[in-house]
Amino acid sequence: MADNTIQELTIEAVTENLEQVMEFVDVRLEDAGCPPKVQMQIDVALEEIYVNIANYAYNPETGPATVRVDVSDEPVTVTITFVDHGIPYDPLAKADPDVTLPAEERDIGGLGIFMTKKLMDDVVYEYKDGSNILRLIKKF
Amino acid sequence: MLNIEKKSHGNNLDIALEGRLDTTTAPELETIVRTGLDGAELLTFDFAKLEYISSAGLRILLAAQKIMNKQGKMVVKNVSEEVKEIFEVTGFSDILTIE
Repeated sequence: MADNTIQELTIEAVTENLEQVMEFVDVRLEDAGCPPKVQMQIDVALEEIYVNIANYAYNPETGPATVRVDVSDEPVTVTITFVDHGIPYDPLAKADPDVTLPAEERDIGGLGIFMTKKLMDDVVYEYKDGSNILRLIKKF
Repeated sequence: MLNIEKKSHGNNLDIALEGRLDTTTAPELETIVRTGLDGAELLTFDFAKLEYISSAGLRILLAAQKIMNKQGKMVVKNVSEEVKEIFEVTGFSDILTIE
């Protein structure tokens, strides 16, 4: 079993760095024995949150984002924390889209955050000391 | 990484995806969907080798479905369990024809 470890990556928040962020997290998930299905769920949530930061947090400038992975045991719980110093923005405040509408009436807006909430056990946002802090929590 | 294999025969267009359909790779597929569906009556997506899809990928599938609703039919086949779950959570399993 993985012992309690925390590791973090700080990079320029641009979509071009998405792959690097994914890889950083995926390596830690694999070390923790994360099943492929859960890994996909975490990746989807991770991409959504990271891309939001890259597109909006410092717009039109860019700035840093920190991604921290914390794995704890029994049950194995992965907590991924995102920190940026951009404009205060709570992605969870957005209303959920209607996922029962037919294709013609569908709009893709808000779907990513909706998936993030559905696929994670918990998603927590806070704005503290000039930072947006968002945590994804998933047990497996 | 995403590989897109496109084959057309008559009015049928087959698109096989291999790899990850995410924010980085979705624009490539979007170009095909926006410009390459003229005259297609049956569009078949083969997801046998698709490992991952995010909301950026769903956006393109929705655009393709809307286009094909007007001019024919769209089918998605060989969907993995992982990808299927994403379709279910988002209600895409009701919009798409999954075989």
